[in-house]
Amino acid sequence: MDTQEFIDFMKFKFKHNVQRAFLRYKNRVLIDLEKDALLKVATFLYKELNFRFIIATGLDNVKAFEITYHFSNDKTGLLANIRVSIPKKKPEVESLTPLFVAADWIEREIHELLGIQFVNHPNMRSLLSDGNWGAGEYPYRKPAMEQPK
Amino acid sequence: MKEKTIIPVGPYHPLQEEPELFKLYCDGEIVTDIEWETGYNHRGIEKINESKTFEQIFYVVERICGICSTSHPFAFANAMEEIAQVKVPDRAKYIRTIIAELERIHSHLLWVGLAGHFIGYNTVFMWAWKYREPILDLFEIITGNRNSYAIFKIGGVRRDIDEKDYSNILKILNGVKPKAEMLMKAVIDDPVIHMRTKGIGILTKQDIHDYCAVGPTARASGIDVDIRRDDPYAAYPLINWKVIVTQEGDVFSKAVVRFLEIFESISIIEQCVEKLRKEPPGQIDVKVKEIPEGNGAGRAEAPRGEVFHYVITDGSNSPVRHKIRAPSYVNVATFKKSCVGQTISDATLALAAVDPCYCCTERMAYAYDSRTRQRLLDGRALIQLSQQRTQVLKKNLFGKNT
Repeated sequence: MDTQEFIDFMKFKFKHNVQRAFLRYKNRVLIDLEKDALLKVATFLYKELNFRFIIATGLDNVKAFEITYHFSNDKTGLLANIRVSIPKKKPEVESLTPLFVAADWIEREIHELLGIQFVNHPNMRSLLSDGNWGAGEYPYRKPAMEQPK
Repeated sequence: MKEKTIIPVGPYHPLQEEPELFKLYCDGEIVTDIEWETGYNHRGIEKINESKTFEQIFYVVERICGICSTSHPFAFANAMEEIAQVKVPDRAKYIRTIIAELERIHSHLLWVGLAGHFIGYNTVFMWAWKYREPILDLFEIITGNRNSYAIFKIGGVRRDIDEKDYSNILKILNGVKPKAEMLMKAVIDDPVIHMRTKGIGILTKQDIHDYCAVGPTARASGIDVDIRRDDPYAAYPLINWKVIVTQEGDVFSKAVVRFLEIFESISIIEQCVEKLRKEPPGQIDVKVKEIPEGNGAGRAEAPRGEVFHYVITDGSNSPVRHKIRAPSYVNVATFKKSCVGQTISDATLALAAVDPCYCCTERMAYAYDSRTRQRLLDGRALIQLSQQRTQVLKKNLFGKNT
């Protein structure tokens, strides 16, 4: 299916969970998703549509955390960016590692740099440091001055 | 059983060449598990880029890796051109393609040399790196530098290729082609190399799918994925070339894929030079006034696989977030499948077959006893073990005279 068909299909299949879905450029789709539907959508993309997981990008957006998961459809060149917003008061999200091993390292890295908990991750330990950083310090979080009061 | 004393050595120690990375747990000769620790080369590049302007970021990302120093600026330029919605002129597309393919040739030749060294064929190592030198000289002729070329900018390239250099490029490539063919025949026809590499470090299609591996690692296992064809960029849709795929998934397959890609790259460069000759000298870049708010994803096919850059901008001079994923990030994780069950001497070769980027990841491996968790062998000893195995095989095949 081509890009516009893919967007319409996702809006139809996950209508309660997709907050926004739009075509960015010719082969790029951005879908804003509710956090709780992440595992369902990722399973669908990986198992049924055979998309390949590229990487996940974590970001501290002052009001909330955002993780964007990037999936690629190698047959058509489509790149689907699935963005979930995570509240700062309870930074947790479902882990995708039980679904495919490729998510293992990046979830450990996001946990280490942003402090987001990945529920059901089988082997959560730090990826980049030896565990000898200050506990509770997350380098990619924006400094306290920029946080909303 | 004798008591063993454990002396902590590393990760940073005056005796070691590089920081510790892989731990191979061994039961006798067989590897039963593999753990790794990474992060010693972490330089915080993503964070650095948040305080640099877009022009400055090209110089930073070029230095992520010395071997694939074109792929990172290429992917970043693709991402920025998506955000800025600019079309790169054709001449710049051909120049970018020529630089990227030259880099693929020199990277694959470098790998051939290193794999030869790990097996113990030091002649292959010397020759592969010697026949790589003309490619680096060619880089110096075209871009002024052997390593970090500073040729990319948003909207095009910074330097044109002179008309008088077209014949230089073709002459040097004509010299490299027969040498690469000779190396390929020497490697592919050698019975000892067959014994060392066939059936070693096999990755099935399902493994590749689970680990989402890319590049020659995936193509050697029958997965037909190549970003140059699947998500076309630069001059790749304008010329004829094919994707090399083999089915077996072992170290030998990976070597064959890389060799054949060298010849495919030579053909791509020759076609690009012919097209440049026919076009009159023209624009090599497009002026970009400002970068609007948005986000862009850029991909490029590095010698090791897909490089992915994701940039989020907010209308200012610097990105809000710049995510970089090198192909080794996903390829290295496949070691869990390709090394477990191999003998220790074969594990070094299986590790090298994925072609981990030595600038992006560390490359020391250590062998541990799986029951006592005590360190048995360090990286240098593992390489020596691999080279000794070749000597034993040679003696068995050819007798004591070799």
